[in-house]
Order: sequence, then structure tokens, then C-alpha cells
Amino acid sequence: MTLLRTAPPTALFGLLVLAATLVLGLFAPLIAPYGETEIVGGEYLPWSAEHPLGTDNLGRDMLSRMIYGARNTVGLALLTTGIAFSIGAALGMFAALRGGWIDQALSRAVDVIMAVPPLILALMLLAIVGPSIPNMVGVIAVIYLAPVYRLSRAAAMNVVALDFIGAAQLRGEGTIWLLRREILPNISSTLVAEAGLRFCFVFLFIAALSFLGIGIQPPTADWGSMVKENATLITFGDVTPLIPAGAIALLTVSINFIVDWMLHRASGLKS
Amino acid sequence: MTRLQKLILSRLALGIATLFVVSALMFVGIELLPGDLAQQILGQSATPETLAAFRAELGLDQAPHTRYLDWLSGVVQGDLGQSLASGREVTDLLSTRLANTMFLAGYAAVIAVPIAVTLGLLAALWRNSLFDRSANVGALSAISMPEFFVAYLLILVFSIKLGWFPTLARIDTATSLGQALHVTFLPALTLIMVVIAHMMRMTRAAIINVLAAPYIEMARLKGVPRWRVVLRHALPNALAPIINVIALNLAYLIVGVVVVEVVFSYPGLGQLLVDAVASRDFPVVQAVGLFFAGTYILLNVAADILSILSNPRLRHAR
Amino acid sequence: MGNLLTIRDLRLEAGSRSAPTVILEGLDLDLDRGEVLGLVGESGAGKSSAGLAAMGFVRDGVRIAGGRIDFDGTDLARAPQRTLRRLHGRRIAYVAQSAAASFNPAHRLIDQFAEGPILHGTADAATAQADARALYRQMQLPDPDEIGFRYPHEVSGGQLQRAMTAMAMACRPDLIIFDEPTTALDVTTQIEVLGAMRDITERFGTAAIYITHDLAVVSQMADRITVMRHGREVETAPTRRMLDAPQQDYTRSLWAVRSIRKPEATGPAEPVLTLDGVSAHYRDFKALDDISFGLCRGRTTAVVGESGSGKSTLAKVIAGLMPPGAGRVAWDGTPLAGHHDRRTKDQLRQVQMIYQMADTALNPRHTVRETLDRPVAFFTGLSGKARRARVRELMELIELDPDAFLDRRIPELSGGQKQRIGIARALAAEPRFIICDEITSALDQIVAEGILKLLIRLQRDLGLTYMFITHDLATVEAIADEVVVMKEGRIVESGPRAQIFDAPRQAYTRRLLASVPQMDAGWLDRARRDAARARSAETAA
Repeated sequence: MTLLRTAPPTALFGLLVLAATLVLGLFAPLIAPYGETEIVGGEYLPWSAEHPLGTDNLGRDMLSRMIYGARNTVGLALLTTGIAFSIGAALGMFAALRGGWIDQALSRAVDVIMAVPPLILALMLLAIVGPSIPNMVGVIAVIYLAPVYRLSRAAAMNVVALDFIGAAQLRGEGTIWLLRREILPNISSTLVAEAGLRFCFVFLFIAALSFLGIGIQPPTADWGSMVKENATLITFGDVTPLIPAGAIALLTVSINFIVDWMLHRASGLKS
Repeated sequence: MTRLQKLILSRLALGIATLFVVSALMFVGIELLPGDLAQQILGQSATPETLAAFRAELGLDQAPHTRYLDWLSGVVQGDLGQSLASGREVTDLLSTRLANTMFLAGYAAVIAVPIAVTLGLLAALWRNSLFDRSANVGALSAISMPEFFVAYLLILVFSIKLGWFPTLARIDTATSLGQALHVTFLPALTLIMVVIAHMMRMTRAAIINVLAAPYIEMARLKGVPRWRVVLRHALPNALAPIINVIALNLAYLIVGVVVVEVVFSYPGLGQLLVDAVASRDFPVVQAVGLFFAGTYILLNVAADILSILSNPRLRHAR
Repeated sequence: MGNLLTIRDLRLEAGSRSAPTVILEGLDLDLDRGEVLGLVGESGAGKSSAGLAAMGFVRDGVRIAGGRIDFDGTDLARAPQRTLRRLHGRRIAYVAQSAAASFNPAHRLIDQFAEGPILHGTADAATAQADARALYRQMQLPDPDEIGFRYPHEVSGGQLQRAMTAMAMACRPDLIIFDEPTTALDVTTQIEVLGAMRDITERFGTAAIYITHDLAVVSQMADRITVMRHGREVETAPTRRMLDAPQQDYTRSLWAVRSIRKPEATGPAEPVLTLDGVSAHYRDFKALDDISFGLCRGRTTAVVGESGSGKSTLAKVIAGLMPPGAGRVAWDGTPLAGHHDRRTKDQLRQVQMIYQMADTALNPRHTVRETLDRPVAFFTGLSGKARRARVRELMELIELDPDAFLDRRIPELSGGQKQRIGIARALAAEPRFIICDEITSALDQIVAEGILKLLIRLQRDLGLTYMFITHDLATVEAIADEVVVMKEGRIVESGPRAQIFDAPRQAYTRRLLASVPQMDAGWLDRARRDAARARSAETAA
């Protein structure tokens, strides 16, 4: 609580938006007035009491799809970040501790992944494996594993160079102890901040892929593809397609604000 | 050979090697594809004869490494094969679109880079001032917005409401430069906004990092004015990170055009790539992917080399 | 009242205004033209802040909360930035602790020299460059006409420090602040730098504030000394009087540190750890070259040398952190594997290590209890109550109250307390042999003295064998039974303490001994003469 009181307004705003999104996503079936793929009326119905945000290109309720979208888009982004993070961080710490050929092999593989722009790599890989939700999650996890690996390796390298690691090694401690008890606690704050930032990237990335029609596939409700499906409305001056796009922006801004605050606090604590 | 030359050559070699590895992996990836490519493309109804003919036409009946070498020698000679979807030469498909993509990216870069570096410098100079803090919040917000959000917002305001620019950025060989600049202003602006935000933050961080060095305190204690401390004492040492920031963002521009091209129906490489991925037109995916990867690698290598050259420790190595 | 600088009741604060951290409190300083004032104190005493404040400068986050800084009629505490900028470099100059970090790596030395005179309008570029060469010559820099055209990374640390002093002189200031200018240098280099600094300030009659923690150094440089502690002045007196008759208890305790002497070792000298023809390489750099000697049971062998002598590599080889390229290390006659991975648990237990930087030698995320509990469990297999009792016992051995300290986290400890925990962690293994790698060099003298006394007591009580690696000959004299002098990866000379200190056989040993700062008035002049003579003897040999 004292922590919250010291938070700047931007961070408080961020926390509020994040909490609201999580609640919407978790309880989507209870909150949404209509089903995710339920056709409830004509196409492109304007905003009304019955359909607060109107209907989409197939006559589904926009608001309900927005709420389900919170579940799908955010949920998948969380899942993907989680996979990329646990594997990337574990491999990075391991490479830093072991060094030698293991480090070389892992690092060169990561170099290759990072030598290709993420969106292009994702498009190429998805062209090969075909667009589907599990494929997309896998491909993005592989792509974002690379920067997480680099960061955690670099952070762990700084720790490995310190004498207390040498002291533990001289004692004969095993790899698991060294990783979990000696290294991880010292890089966890870096990793947590990075997790926030990576989540933003992954979230935007999924949204972009879905917008391009290669990510989350219809009829699943998702904020990225909802923009695409209803984009024609823009040309009539209707802002409805901007709402899912705005939701993406809002959530990402919020998380960035939170991460910024955390980083600021961490740097402040150090000095 | 000096240490510097060795370093530069090794960076170049590494870049080229990476490109080969990427192209080979792409090839292997397609090779590992579950099922038969010809079958997938022609569909279940294709007769064995047509399938065989199709395979022969694509060279699918040869050993993988022969095909990779064939393809590679083709690439070197400027022959990228034929599109599976349209049957046209990939080289023909690419040429005008390549020029269009470079035009759009260049348009955005020329405007974005100087503005971003200047803003970053000013934010670092006036650290924690109102300007710095509002620039930071603005940049954070801009980074957080998906490109298509920014793009549609700009369309809504500048073409639908105000009618200043067209909603679609259609250009062809007949379009004059003036017209092209007008038609592509909104897509360029979308890119500019996102890129400025990234670059400004990174430039600021690079300068602030250097400003903490003891030699900056020394300069101030010599009575050097603040602007001169930043320009003469901090900037030369922040060059390497700033060069990297610029390269990273140029690379991002060339890649970032994909989404923007789709929104504005701009006839560029990104649009082509997305269509090819959707129709699984592998020769096109391969060619465009390789081009993007190549540009990205090239820019990073160039940034590496420039950073090395900007480092006096390496330039004047004993 | 000083006729150049008068500081009255100066107060510096950091942190929030409501609950500030006080950095300086009620400081008064006076300085006459041409006078050198020594500021002495341990780390955190506020001496660097006081030095910078004499320029009207405070670091980010620090503010002048009260008092006057009167420099030749201008109150620097209230002067606008423009005024300060005109004074900085022109009339008050600064020489920083680390010249390597304080020269801008992007510009040549001579351009950095000329920047001040050109900005302040005291000289044009050509005149400034000519002056730089002249000053470089006076600072006895090698190749004074050309050295300025090098970049900082192309010049050694001792030379950079002299070039920085020359740069400070560029506008012929009235006052130079020397902020620990020789702390980062080896002793033999320090002499040359100190001599050159003193010559040049005397020649131009420049006043100086010389900041250091080293009493012997300041006694050679200063006319008057001010001792500081916790941001306050303890006492001020002319140098001789301060050294001969300090008034305050704190000052006397600072002076007394150099008086520890370990009693002469008795009993038979039986080697417990032996090195036989040990060599080690970093790529193509030979860090150790054919090292052979034995460490005797229950005694302290000091390995002494300057940076790059290979003494720390020696510690790594013995500990098993770096396998030797050739030769063997034997424990009680049994050869030890080169890599710690292949040593038995008992061998690992017998050889423990204490590190130079207690800050990085202890995991900052652990509590004191966690730090000690693990090695106790690991090596002794004790559990439950017995283990807890053992951890408390260790705390008592290192003279820290278990109840007060066991649940603190490492960052909450002072430097000396951390080093004690480092010792306790080594003792937890119940070893017979401990490698002490520069363990006191990062500590203040009084704290270091406590650590040395503790080590001597532990050796007596537990029969430990020490290998004590250090560059500081005063420490060697205090605690060593045997001394090994190293230079460039080889042993120059070894023998009992008395023999090395009283009758050194090698010219390098003599030069090293002569370089150790002494408090008597003529030391610096004598040492410069001796060093020059020893160096020519070395070249001849």
C-alpha cells in the first residue's frame, strides 16, 4: 500500500487499466452481453442501447467481441511471453555460468534469430508452418526467446564475474544451486522489468500479425483482427474500428508506464 | 593488417556468413514442411502426372542440396525463380515494389532521424525538466501504439475529416515526385511518429549514460559551458550507441513498412510479402524475406563498423 | 582568515529537504596564497565533497545548505553559474583521483590541455600547445614534445596523472584541488607523481588542497593538515605538529594504526602447501613463470608485488580457479588437481579464500545467516540445533553479535563487517589454510587494523596457515612471518620477514621498500633519490 502511495499518477493509471483488462479477460463469459461468435443482427449496425458499440462485418456484437478479445489477445500474449521468458532466461543464465562451447553454440543460434527482423522472421516461419494459434505462439516464443536470452545472459555474466559465485563454486555447489540461489535473486529485478517490456512487444506483435490476417484466425475474437475486419468503416468516418486498436494502445501504454516506474524505482534504490 | 582492419573485415565476414545461414535455414525449413509441397499447392484433386510435371518444373525432384545451390547461384545472378501463385518471374514482381518500399522508408528516415536525435539531445541536456518529462510520456505513448492505430487515426483526421490527403497511397510509374510525396505523406508520418519515439528515448539514454562519466565532471570543473560539455565531451563518446540507434531504427523502418503498406494499400514489398505468406507462395516469401533480412544485417554490420571507427581506442590502437 | 580561500560554517546536504543526509557540517577552512592544505580522513569523511565545495561545485543531488565559501572576495556558495565557470579551470583547477577515467577518451591529451586556456582566453591554440610541452617536460613526462598527441588510452596511469596535473596548471590557477591523485597508482609510480606534483606547485607558488586517506603521503605534501570525520573537522594543525603531537583521540588512533606487529613465529617450519615449478598463462601472456615455494604450517606467508606481478593469479591457481599450465601444487605432499571441479570435498574444505572486495564476495541477496548456514551445512553436515549453534559460534569468532547481525542482509553491513562475514564464511569450512587476497586494501586504516588483529588471533587460536596477498608493505610488515616478493610473474626474492625488510638482497626489493611512504619530513626526497639509484642498479643488473 505504501508502495502504491508513492507511485506517480501515470503508474497508477497503468495499474488501473491492467487490473480492469485482467478482470474483463478472466470473467469474459459472465460480463459479455452476447456470445463471442454469436450473430445478433445485421452487419455494421450503428451504436445503440442494445449494441453499445454496434455490430461488426458479420453482424456480431462489437462490445462482446471486445470483451472476449481481452481474454484471447492478452491471454495469448501472456502465454507466449511466459514461454519465451522461462526458456530464454534459463538458457541465458546457464550459458553465462557454463561458458565454453555451450555458451558459444547457444549464443550463435540466438545471433541468427536476431539477425532477421522479428516480423519478417515470423511471416517466413508462419508461411512454412501455416498460420494457426499454436503455431503463432510457438513462432513468436522462439523469436522473443532470443532477446530474453541475451539480456539474462548479460545480466548473469555480471553476476558470475563476482567473487561470491567463485566462492560457491570453490565450495563445490552444483549448477542448480548456483542458478537458483546465487544468480537468479540478483537478476530477478532486471528480468521482471524486461518481462513487462517483452509482454508489450509480444502483445503488439500478435496484434500486428492478426491485423495482417496471419495471427489469430477467425472466428476467434481478437483486437488485431477486429480492426482489420471492420477497417472499411473508417472511410465513412466511423470510429468503431479504432476502439480495439485504441484498447491495444491503452494497455501497452499502461504496462509501459508501470515498467517505467519500476525501472525508475530500481535505479533510485541503487543510488 | 592493423587490428582495426581485422575487426572490420571480421564484422563483414560475420554479416555475410549470417546471411548464408539464414538463407540455408529458410531453405531447410521449407524442406521440412510436412507433406508434399506440390500436393499442397495443386490440391488433393491433382493427378499424379500433373504433380510429377509440377515437381519437375520446380526442380522438386532433385536432391535438396543441389536445389539449394541452384537457388543460391540463381540469387547471385539475379534470378529468384518464379512465383507459384502467378507464375511470374519473382525478379519482375520485386523490382518496382522494392523501389517503392525504399522510397517510403527513405522519406520517413530523412525527416525522422534529425528530429529524433535533436529531441534526444535536448531531453538529455534538460534532464528532468518539464520538456524532458513530457517528451518521455509522449514517446512512451507513441511506442505503445500499434502502427495500424496511428495510421487509421491519421486517416480519420487528415483524410476523412479534413480531406487533406488521400486515404490510400496508390502510386505507379506515372506518379510525379511531388504527387508521390503528397500521396505517401500519411504512411510516412505514421512511420515517423513511431520511429521518432524509439530513437529519441534511445538517444537520450545514450547521452545520459555518458554524462555520468568522470571526464564530464572534469570538463565542467575546467569551466566548460554546458552546451559544449554535451556537444564536445559527451557526444563523441555517445556516437557508437547513437549510430546503433539510428541503424536499428532504419532497419525497423524498412521492416515496419509492412503493416503501414497494408493499411494504405501501398504497392511495396511488405504488401507483397503478406500476400505471399497468405497464399504460401514460397519463392516470393523466400526472395522478399531474404531481401529484408539482408538489409537488416547490412545495416547492423554498417553500424558495427561505424561504431568501431568512432571509437578512439580502436582507431588509435597501439 | 586565509587570504585566498575562507570557508565558514559550510553545510552540505543530500536527499530530500525534509529528511536530508548531512554530508558536511559546520566546516571551516582557511588557505593562504601558495599554501598547501592536506585534508585527511577515512572514506565517508566528506573530504572529497569539501574539496569540490572549495570550487563552489557540488555533485548531482547534493546542495549547499548553509555557510560561505569566500574565494578571493567572491562567495562561491552564492555565485551564479557564469561566475563559477569563469573561475573553474582559470583560477581554481581540479586533479581527479582516476586520471584514466577523467580524461575524455575521444580527444588527445594536448587538445584537452588547450581547451581551458582557449575557453578562458588566456592563450591561443599555438601558445597553449607550446606551454603544454613545457609543462609536460617539467612534470618529467617521457617524450614531452610528442606525448600530448596521444589519446588517453595510449598513456600509462602514472603518466596520465602527471598530464592531468599539467592540465590543471594550464591557466596558472591560484588554487588546485588534488583529490586522492595517487590512490590508484603503484607505490613505485606514486613517488614519481608525488615528486612532480610538489615541484610544480612550488615552482608556480600555487596553493593546493591535497585530499587523501594516506597520512604519510599528506605529510610530504602539505604545510598544514585538517583531519575530518563524519563530515566535520576533527582538528587542524601545521603538518609537523599534527604528526608529532595530535590533540584528538581520533587523530591519535589514525596515527597508531601502523604499529601492529605480529610476534615472531616460533617452532619448526614444516611446509603444508608446496608449489613446484608452477606457470600459468592468459592466452599468450605469461602471468606466472616457474614459481616454487612452500607455505609453512601455522605461519603467514605474505606475497607482495605491484599490479601485474602475478600475485592474484597465484591465488587463483592454488584455489583451483585457474589450472596451471605447468608445475604442480601439493597439499601435505598430495598433488592437488588443477581445477577445483576435480578436487575432493575435503581438499576444497582445507583451502579457503577471503576476497579483496567484500562487497562482491558476498551475495547481496542473502542474509548473514544464509551466507554462513550454507557452508556449515555443506562441509560439516551438521543439522538443526547443532548447525544453528555453529553459525552463532562463527559470529562470536569474528567478534560480531549473532543476535544483532544474523538476520541482516549483506547490503546493510559496513565494509569492515562484510569482511568479517567473509572470514566467518571461510572458517565455516573448518579449513587449515586460508588465502587472503588483498583483504584490507579496500578498507579504511582503522577498520583494516581490526581485521588484521582478528586474523592474527584466529591464527593463534585455530592454528591456521595464511597466504596473504598484498601490495601494501606496511601490512606485510605487520603480519608476515615469511615474505615472497613478486614481479612480472616471477619470484624476485623470498625469506623471513626480518631478512627481507632489514637486509634485502635484490635491487627491486630495495626500491619497493624505499617507495613505501613514511611520515618523516625528508622521506619523499630521500625516496626519489633511492628509487633513481635502485632503478639504475636494476637496469645494470
